[in-house]
Amino acid sequence: MFDFSVVTTWIDEGLRGIMPASGAIAIECVLIGVLLLAVYAVFALVLILAERKVCAAFQCRLGPNRVGPWGSIQTVADMVKIITKEIISIRHVDSFLHNLAPFLVIIASLLAFSCIPFAKGLQILDFNVGILFMVAASSIGIVGILLAGWSSNNKFSLIGAMRSGAQMISYELSIGLSIMTIVVLSGTMQISELVESQNDLWFIFKGHIPACIAFVVYLIAGTAETNRGPFDLPEAESELTAGYHTEYSGMHFGFYYVAEFVNMFIVAAIATTVFLGGWMPLHIPGLDAFNQAMDYIPSLVWFLAKSVVMVFVIMWFKWTFPRLRIDQLIRLEWKYLLPLNLVNLIVMVLIVALGWHF
Amino acid sequence: MQNVLVLRIIFGLLAAVIAVFSVMAVCTRRILHAATYLLFVLFATAGLYFFLNYSFLGAVQLLVYAGGVIILYVFSILLTNTDREEPLPLFSLRRWLALLATVGGVALAGFLLLSNVWPQTELPVDAEIGMKQIGHTLMGTQKGQYLLPFEVMSVLLLACMVGALVIGRKRS
Repeated sequence: MFDFSVVTTWIDEGLRGIMPASGAIAIECVLIGVLLLAVYAVFALVLILAERKVCAAFQCRLGPNRVGPWGSIQTVADMVKIITKEIISIRHVDSFLHNLAPFLVIIASLLAFSCIPFAKGLQILDFNVGILFMVAASSIGIVGILLAGWSSNNKFSLIGAMRSGAQMISYELSIGLSIMTIVVLSGTMQISELVESQNDLWFIFKGHIPACIAFVVYLIAGTAETNRGPFDLPEAESELTAGYHTEYSGMHFGFYYVAEFVNMFIVAAIATTVFLGGWMPLHIPGLDAFNQAMDYIPSLVWFLAKSVVMVFVIMWFKWTFPRLRIDQLIRLEWKYLLPLNLVNLIVMVLIVALGWHF
Repeated sequence: MQNVLVLRIIFGLLAAVIAVFSVMAVCTRRILHAATYLLFVLFATAGLYFFLNYSFLGAVQLLVYAGGVIILYVFSILLTNTDREEPLPLFSLRRWLALLATVGGVALAGFLLLSNVWPQTELPVDAEIGMKQIGHTLMGTQKGQYLLPFEVMSVLLLACMVGALVIGRKRS
């Protein structure tokens, strides 16, 4: 299986050969930053197009079909349009916070994005508490949303931000606990080690019942965390016009839009990494020929394929289920998911302690 | 030697961010701006922990302070909304007492810094501290381990939760 760290080490050694170490590190930081932003933007474009196509399919429509073959460069045209749009400055808003808020949201999303292991050796941030850092970084986005709602000087925005804040704080607990269940099983928090230790079998099979429960809880909580339907009531059009980003225009609105779509991918990617083996091919102990055959598929393809399936499931949720009310949403988390999660965590600890996993 | 210089520059940047935004957080008149500046201070503190190669504490700093405490601050500011300014007299007993406490605090902190920390400068160690070691230290009962303080903290949090419930419950 091709190891991408060969490429990165080659670039690193090449740079160190012609300049001192600190200069090489500085150039690598700039390179990685540019690459990260480019990949982020491309993912957002592809995801927005996918969302529109999937939505159209569920509603028996065709979706975008004018720009390019099958409408495939529609979102590129949309991107050009939104970049050239004017950012309208509004009177009586707190302009410092109003302009800061979208950047907090996008920075949080980028930090979490940079932890994703795309393929073997293709990961930017990797240290001993990687998965904890990922959860921590994605929690910064809530501050951006709350500040956006407050600084817009608009009742719709404020109510939307309060709803969104309450929702994201609540569901973050479930996300943390369901990931913790798998951390108990694997005994590590480093993302690369999490993937490596699924070499013999993916965690969702290794941890059988508690891992499956944690997976379902994670999917529900992850969908809620990204403010997507059926949990999209912070921006429910019929009640709140557009929630916390009502007053934003041009690319400032674009930041929220892009961050929302990439956050959906991040949730899918964490689900893939933690439960479905990340870039690790499907290995079944005992079937050596089968494992060998699976290894011929590149790791990047494995990762992207699993993530695309998870993204499709999350989109499927949105276009299938009706929207929840705010009290139903909070009740679902605090009365059902959280106790279930705590019990599940204890079950997992027992199973690991007794050695009842595969 | 160049590596040392780079480390010094990074440390200086982080320290400058912490110092500047701490002062701004106290000086601003808008309470939500103060919370935002405090957020920047906490980011830079997390940066210091990462700089020291203590990534666990850095991640916890982001998760608990930036992602938890600041959000609760902002929430309570949004719910209470007291941005109106009350004119205070220029000289009052409270202000003189505050000045006294500030000068005393600065003198104490300065004395401690100058007598203990200032002359030594150490470069951060390269070795990362393992998650298991932190876990054993936090949950152990032997000398130099922290189970008792950990549990006492949880009692404090429980008391806070009970207090919040008492304040927040509906009275018929």
